Amino acid sequence: MSEPWEDEPEGPVRKFMYVNRRAPYGTIYALESLEVVLIAAAFEQDVSLVFMDDGVYQIKKGQNTDAIGVKNFSPTYRALEGYDVEKLYVERESLESRGMTTDDLVVPVQLVDKDQLAELMEEQEVILSF
Amino acid sequence: MVMLHTVNKSPFERRTLDTALRHAVKGAGILLIEDGVYAAFDGTVVAEKVKAAMADHKIYVLGPDVAARGMSEQNVIDGVQVVDYGGFVDLVTEYDKVQSWL
Amino acid sequence: MAIEVNGKSLEVDEEGYLANLNDWEPEVANVMAKADGTELTDSHWEVINFLREYYEEYQIAPAVRVLTKAIGKKLGKDKGNSKYLYELFPYGPAKQACKYAGLPKPTGCV
Repeated sequence: MSEPWEDEPEGPVRKFMYVNRRAPYGTIYALESLEVVLIAAAFEQDVSLVFMDDGVYQIKKGQNTDAIGVKNFSPTYRALEGYDVEKLYVERESLESRGMTTDDLVVPVQLVDKDQLAELMEEQEVILSF
Repeated sequence: MVMLHTVNKSPFERRTLDTALRHAVKGAGILLIEDGVYAAFDGTVVAEKVKAAMADHKIYVLGPDVAARGMSEQNVIDGVQVVDYGGFVDLVTEYDKVQSWL
Repeated sequence: MAIEVNGKSLEVDEEGYLANLNDWEPEVANVMAKADGTELTDSHWEVINFLREYYEEYQIAPAVRVLTKAIGKKLGKDKGNSKYLYELFPYGPAKQACKYAGLPKPTGCV
């Protein structure tokens, strides 16, 4: 018998990558992805998040959803560090084609170009695309 | 009489804006809403297309959808008019009819 | 469903979580704790207040592992462990304390 405060025995750690390609409010993908990441963080895997294409808009600073009556979930990306989700990658081409820089983002990220990103993807064991 | 076309898809992901522009007669209005608002900003790879379209069309963007996405009204392309929900209603009555591209 | 707090009827879901975050006041926590047979101490309040601040900043209720670590950082190592938090909130620290704090049930939490 184990008490609830005792940790589960650790299983193998696998490399998980979540690929975020959608803008935040027009569809449910961004929020769904974020919820899956938060839940899966409990399993203490080697997690990385990628923001590419319109996914870079998910972490745009200054979101204010008061007038559209939808919850603003952009502050939650800043909680990821506390969940030990610290590998956040943004594709440079996606950011630049939208006229944005890393100064426009709510979290510190690592900027990678498409070739570096392709290599990172090859290193993964599981890739989930949203 | 002319039509108001609303576009709610991101111009980076879908061709909805292109389709709407291709089927809009001279003088027709284009209102960018929801993820469609991302077309309204300077410094992006679609900005030139939107600027070119302004020769034939008045282009509007819905302010509450701009604010929700953290985009700045200061960066809206010159000549694109920001409207609020009341302005949206006014446009619907001003134009002859509305086509909502999905 | 609803609970009575200071003469007002506040809507709760089937598990007893407040339906509206903005309905919360400290007395809500006292009423909920009483229903569970618990008297809230300063130690309970430290955790409840911490959760409200966390939610204000990040717009989510933290998972228990995250809560434990963050409590340890803020209130000291002797409090940042599961045993301490389970003793305060035997129904599960994140779940029970979040309920008293008026927050939604944590995503995927104990």
